[in-house]
Amino acid sequence: MSNQAKTSLPQYLLLNSRLGQRMSFNADRTITIRPGKVEIGQGIISAIAQIAAEELDVDYSRIQILPVDTTISPSEGSTSGSRSIQEGGESMRFACAEIRHLFLEASAKKLNLPISALKIKDGLIYGNNTQAGVSYWDLLADVNLDVDATGRALPKNPNNYEVIGLSLPRKDILSKVTGAAFLHDITLPGMLHGRIARPPSFQAKLISFDQEPILAMPGVKKVIRDGRFIGVVAEREEQAIKAMLLIERHCKWSESALLPDMNELEHFLYAQKSEDEILKDVGGSPSDVGAEINATFTRPYLAHASIGPSCALAWWHDNCLEVWSHSQSIFALKDELAKILKLDPEQIIVRHAEGAGCYGHNGADDVALDAALLAQELDGSPVRVQWMREDEFAWEPFGPAMVVKLSGSVDSSGQITKWHEEIWGNRHIGRAGRQPKPGLLAAWHIGEGMEAPLPVDMPIAMGGGSQRNAIPYYEFPNCKVLNHAIQSMPIRTSALRALGAHLNIFAIESFMDELAVLAKLDPIEFRLRHLKDERAIAVLKTVRAKANWQPDFVSDGTRGYGVAFARYKNVGNYAAVIAEVLIEENIKVKKIFAAIDCGLVINPDGVLNQIEGGAIQAASWTLKEQLLFDRTRITSRNWEEYPILTFSEVPKVEIELINRPDEPSLGVGEGVTGPVAAAIANAVANAMGVRLRHLPMTPKNVIAAMGE
Amino acid sequence: MTDPISLRVNGVEHSIAADPNTPLLYILRNDLQLFGTRFGCGLGLCGACSVLINGQKIHSCDVPLWDCVGKDIVTIEGIGAPDNLHALQQAFIDEQAAQCGYCASGILITAKSLLDKNPNPSESEIREALDRNLCRCGTHNRFVRAIQKVIGMNEGAKHV
Repeated sequence: MSNQAKTSLPQYLLLNSRLGQRMSFNADRTITIRPGKVEIGQGIISAIAQIAAEELDVDYSRIQILPVDTTISPSEGSTSGSRSIQEGGESMRFACAEIRHLFLEASAKKLNLPISALKIKDGLIYGNNTQAGVSYWDLLADVNLDVDATGRALPKNPNNYEVIGLSLPRKDILSKVTGAAFLHDITLPGMLHGRIARPPSFQAKLISFDQEPILAMPGVKKVIRDGRFIGVVAEREEQAIKAMLLIERHCKWSESALLPDMNELEHFLYAQKSEDEILKDVGGSPSDVGAEINATFTRPYLAHASIGPSCALAWWHDNCLEVWSHSQSIFALKDELAKILKLDPEQIIVRHAEGAGCYGHNGADDVALDAALLAQELDGSPVRVQWMREDEFAWEPFGPAMVVKLSGSVDSSGQITKWHEEIWGNRHIGRAGRQPKPGLLAAWHIGEGMEAPLPVDMPIAMGGGSQRNAIPYYEFPNCKVLNHAIQSMPIRTSALRALGAHLNIFAIESFMDELAVLAKLDPIEFRLRHLKDERAIAVLKTVRAKANWQPDFVSDGTRGYGVAFARYKNVGNYAAVIAEVLIEENIKVKKIFAAIDCGLVINPDGVLNQIEGGAIQAASWTLKEQLLFDRTRITSRNWEEYPILTFSEVPKVEIELINRPDEPSLGVGEGVTGPVAAAIANAVANAMGVRLRHLPMTPKNVIAAMGE
Repeated sequence: MTDPISLRVNGVEHSIAADPNTPLLYILRNDLQLFGTRFGCGLGLCGACSVLINGQKIHSCDVPLWDCVGKDIVTIEGIGAPDNLHALQQAFIDEQAAQCGYCASGILITAKSLLDKNPNPSESEIREALDRNLCRCGTHNRFVRAIQKVIGMNEGAKHV
């Protein structure tokens, strides 16, 4: 084994190098693989199973998947950032290649043939001219998987792929359309039901609480109070809910008006103390740059708003805490629970089970701590805690409000000569385990209580957070980008799909259209002039053809078309989008066309499903969504106060994938969100001649823009 | 303790010992282990808990146990099983109509209720029927396509 071979292994295989950790060969001739990434609705475990089927040369139907489990699975960080195929897919790919090679070596001895003479079909290894082969399962006694990966067996050349590239069905849909499928559906013997009676607002102080009437309620087993954390456990779920509602009536709270004015968020963000950083500064301060324009773009706080509220099971038994969670970060959750509960991490097991759709950091980790705090008081009974809809809306970490201010110029030849950009908002990553202070909700309420830690950003080279996609992908001779990361957090915020890329791309791509108008150029042509990357150019040209883009289209005021482009994180997938909007009583997005280059495509239909979903969710953010609050409380508590697009309102989505088998796969979950928002705004400007710079595009914001 | 209450679910009679004011949802999930009916909002706004009661689509989070006595309740488990799928369930699988899938069983129930009344709805009628079923993953168009596929099969059957 050479060091060079070993260092070429993917990072998460180097960190979890035992091959036997990755899979078990079962007596029924199936294989159970153990990925380090979790299913959060994106279809990732099926894609990783497809990679395993390819590299092992077994039928996809033989692959079973064990959800991440801290007792046995590889630790591969969080399932986030559209990195699961790059990280979890690659580690599985290299592990399978090496395991396949170990079986080839063993069978070569058995069949007395050189490895080069052997082939594998559906797990059966055979020589060119022999009838009888041996299967993986026949060789289990001859192959030792309890060894480290060495990197000596390379994965297949993509030219030889037979399974990767096929639209194989996901493995998780059958159960989801027939019955039990989620963590929420797990029942343990003797399981009790818990609910948490949260404070009415973030900083509310508990003045008094009388628990006697609660303990007298039917089915109530325990009321647990620690600081301003109050939980209740009952025999039946509806009893726990009733008790929670009664607790709310028996608590006296003192509240303060500490929230910003939701109608003045832009000025609130400017006024906060901030950490300032220059993200890019080239070209100095040129004079004579031509006509200059300025614009300011904003978004409100946004909710993840999963359809199923967060849920967890916890069970304290045998001096061990066992937790079932739909967290994106199973191992980090284990460490965080140990830190907060002052336990040895070895005393904690966290097992992943699927939750409802996850679009970033939601309540999954928080409810796991809730359940653990209750389970510790229960003498061995397991407890299931599900947040109510109102909990999810009021307490999940929201996608931060943001502002982007732009000024720019074009010269008479239609080239951008100056680009100055400043962004304001919270940093975007409040996940547990990223900083010394506890990162789970109940930890801030128990005991004396504490402030939630401020979120962090990753370095921009690793994808950033607030600054994600803040630097334009275009080539400008003069470009200055400045980030103001605010240092207060009146409303809890963390990662929402695409993080800062959503508003940063919305602003950049809206402003590109504004500059194209100034340059009197077709917006696609204008973008092409400022791009050098052939793959970026290709997606723009592809979407132009797909949508049958008409540069000379003149709207009659009822219909418009708009374009936008981005390369997600500036190193990820390429997305070009054209939106068609209709101006009716409200703005309606009729259709979204997209051209996507995400390198090698593992499962085309899986990729399409993710992009369709990302496009529709982004259209919903853009048209309708904003978190409502007064100066004290979050007032978006259910779907009436946080409406999302309905079946009658969603756009049709048509996608062209540009498959590049020789390029690494790039995740697709988040890449279209920014371009979709901007393409809609550009289409509205095309239709109405009105530039919408403040999200969402509610009638109120449209009327305000018309008056500008 | 109140007397047991008789409840007919998926054609089977059950005797339930619970507070008659309990929302049907919790009876289905926790007493009968019919987990395909899911909690979403508790207010009848999202459709994740949809069931058929006497053929009507009802939000089970919003209807008390006492109001279900003597009625026919059908959950997703009563529509079809993994080894005996209903055409709608098969179409959802064929169209890969799910991302997280949490809303899928409520959408199937709503689709079943629609097609039982109107075997040949237009696309806009399908969308209108589903407007009180929320989906957050953005799988809407796949759900509609899957339902249209079943309508196509019904149409084909008519012409045979």
